[in-house]
Amino acid sequence: MATKKSTNKFWRQGEPFVWGTALALTLVLFMTVLLFYVVLANGITVFWPKDVILATLNNGGYALGELVKDEKNPATGKKRFQFKIGNRDLYSLDFKWIDTEDIKSFSTPSDIYVLERQENGNFYGSLKELKTPGLVLPAEKKENLQAALDAIEPQRLEVEKIDRQIAALNDKVEQNNNKLLKLRYKKEEHTPATVALHDKVNTIKAEFEKLVSVLGSKQGIVAANEAVFVDANGQEKTIRLADIVRYYQPNSMSWLQKWSYYGKRLRELLFAEPRESNTEGGLFPAIFGTIMLIFMMSILSFPLGVLAGIYLREYAREGYLVKMVRIAVNNLAGIPSIVYGIFGLGFFVYGIGSQIDLLFFPEKLPTPTFGTGGILWASMTLGLLTVPVVIVATEEALGAIPPGIREGSQALAATKFQTLTRILLPMASPGILTGFILAMARAAGEVAPLMITGVVKLAPALPLDGSFPYLHLDRKFMHLGFHIYDIGFQSPNVEAAKPMVYVTTLLLILIVLIMTSTAIYLRNRMRERFSVADL
Amino acid sequence: MSHSATAIMSIEKPQVEVEHLNLFYGNSQALTDMSFGIPASQVTALIGPSGCGKSTFLRCINRMNDLVEGLRIEGSITIDGENINDPSLDVIELRRKVGMVFQKWNPFPKSIYENVIYGLRIAGIKERGVLDQAVEQSLKRAALWDEVKDRLQQSAMGLSGGQMQRLCIARAVAVNPEIILMDEPCSALDPRSTSRIEELIRELRGEYTIIIVTHNMQQAARISDYTAYMYLGELIEYGPTQKLFTVPERKETEDYITGRFG
Ligand SMILES: Nc1ncnc2c1ncn2[C@@H]1O[C@H](COP(=O)(O)OP(=O)(O)OP(=O)(O)O)[C@@H](O)[C@H]1O
Ligand SMILES: [Mg+2]
Repeated sequence: MATKKSTNKFWRQGEPFVWGTALALTLVLFMTVLLFYVVLANGITVFWPKDVILATLNNGGYALGELVKDEKNPATGKKRFQFKIGNRDLYSLDFKWIDTEDIKSFSTPSDIYVLERQENGNFYGSLKELKTPGLVLPAEKKENLQAALDAIEPQRLEVEKIDRQIAALNDKVEQNNNKLLKLRYKKEEHTPATVALHDKVNTIKAEFEKLVSVLGSKQGIVAANEAVFVDANGQEKTIRLADIVRYYQPNSMSWLQKWSYYGKRLRELLFAEPRESNTEGGLFPAIFGTIMLIFMMSILSFPLGVLAGIYLREYAREGYLVKMVRIAVNNLAGIPSIVYGIFGLGFFVYGIGSQIDLLFFPEKLPTPTFGTGGILWASMTLGLLTVPVVIVATEEALGAIPPGIREGSQALAATKFQTLTRILLPMASPGILTGFILAMARAAGEVAPLMITGVVKLAPALPLDGSFPYLHLDRKFMHLGFHIYDIGFQSPNVEAAKPMVYVTTLLLILIVLIMTSTAIYLRNRMRERFSVADL
Repeated sequence: MSHSATAIMSIEKPQVEVEHLNLFYGNSQALTDMSFGIPASQVTALIGPSGCGKSTFLRCINRMNDLVEGLRIEGSITIDGENINDPSLDVIELRRKVGMVFQKWNPFPKSIYENVIYGLRIAGIKERGVLDQAVEQSLKRAALWDEVKDRLQQSAMGLSGGQMQRLCIARAVAVNPEIILMDEPCSALDPRSTSRIEELIRELRGEYTIIIVTHNMQQAARISDYTAYMYLGELIEYGPTQKLFTVPERKETEDYITGRFG
């Protein structure tokens, strides 16, 4: 009897239920931590310079590269190693599996170079000789790669400078051409203004030609400087110095040097342009695009959502219609994002965009200006996607304010509007911000609707830059989320792109985290100020 | 109702005059044919069992009921000869003239200082000196000054319940209304806070017209000059407090004030 009683008590007190809840939470926590761990562990080690291992093979050959991983060979059941051997131009594959029984020994020669190149990925090998006809190097540094690179640097910078000048001229030509197009469209081809413009374009073009020829000769001089490297098996490869982005000798690097290398790579990641179809180099345009997109989305959706929420809660007469609207708004938040994308494409891009083109840019047609995907349409689409969340949050935050507060304000001869702006909105702001945070997090993670409203793999220019009119709402943009999809699943060399996928993922998570935690911090401060816990 | 003429005293030159007031929440009637006058600069208490319509009536006087949907009013209420339900009347002006203190204190989540001057700010007063003076004066009147004078800029949310209620009174007094409506201002307070507020009401008497709803017979007897007894939305008896509590004219009134009420 006694045991029966105690089991009864066990069930009555809901012991299993408590265990169940704890289990559910643990499970969720575990998954989150696992996800974060995988991304973090893989992401932060990408830029750490790994030792380069020379494997002496039983057949007399050699393999040189970074050890990526080992696993059981599914065919033989023995262990095998995956090496990143690079030298894509020589071997055509960056990665190679080698079985344990084929390997005689491992070593880590200290004179191995790793070159990061403009093209064809990393090169692993040793330096044979330098051919530097255009450089004057002191005798003792004749064979010093660093000295040669340093000597060539000013010329390389000059080439870059000329490149930029040419781009600027290009911009000018483009702008004048647009003006000409407009004049031609207006049938004013032979007015003095047109003639003057033509002259202008021609002078710019002359300048352009001159610069191009200067560039050609400079490039020739720079390109003449080469270095001859040999791979593990003695195959020679001549590499232009100008093609070397960075080199390092991991097997003889100290910790400090490794850290400094890590820092350099990180800086490159954050501030440089991508290279090699996005699998190398930096992510700056994608970071910029992502942040700008979220920013524009917020500017569009936040006021709209708050205003709509205010109307729904404070001004709309409670009734059948308002109930229906409320249900509709709640359901809107659950529509798959791709549907919003299609709507954005159909309504914003093809609908509004092409009308804008007809009205303001008819001279450029059939080339669309706003009638094609761009950052404006993408952020409007995302705004539409997130606006229901903001509306619901606003409504609920306003509804949660005790009615006594409203009456108190109105009894002091405040109008409804004054009550709203002076009392209700400040009090509702933490709740509204919470909704906004949710909206922002959702928008930051969306990729599908962007793919049809303006995101691209590689954007030629940022949507915000120094050329008039500075904010280019019609431009296409890059985005970290799309970047992950693109390099991870669409690139020709998926294996080589893997580290970049992790890094990009980590970066995207970090950006979302930073933005939402800033918002949460602000919200909590407001909550402290406007809480009415006692009422 | 033949006897009502005797039970409801008529006031000479009342400030608030209620005539044949009927009020409906949708289809249910909450106030039935109320007619009486409330004198200026006196304290008038409204008593009656729960649900008899005291709050509803009180909220008619500053048109707080405007906020309630589906509410309908018949008859008239005039203040200083002006019909307050006249569509041409500015309800903001009315509320400036008729202040209100609620049963449940409702300070805003702002500083004590900002709470007191909220009404003045709404009225567009910006001069620092005027505001400072109003804060001190109103808080002193509400007997709160000594307790909060060193923390005027702190949030009103840190005050105790009784202090919050006094703050709400200060807030109402700060705009200098002519009439102050109080809906059970002491119902959630301890005896000490209650007596402070009673003291305050006594002080305000003579300067303001005060209409107070209370469930506490002794309180009504202590602080009011006139008392109205309501039952099921009807005004049963109205007269000088002294008389109503000693020699009530109606049997129901007597039963209620002696606690024999079912
Ligand atoms: N917003 C409303 N909608 C519908 N009916 C209401 C509303 N407010 C009050 N009533 C009804 O009107 C009647 C009078 O209510 P009221 O609040 O005026 O009573 P009261 O005398 O103040 O009671 P108490 O002493 O409990 O505060 C009650 O029957 C109540 O149910
Ligand atoms: Mg009441």
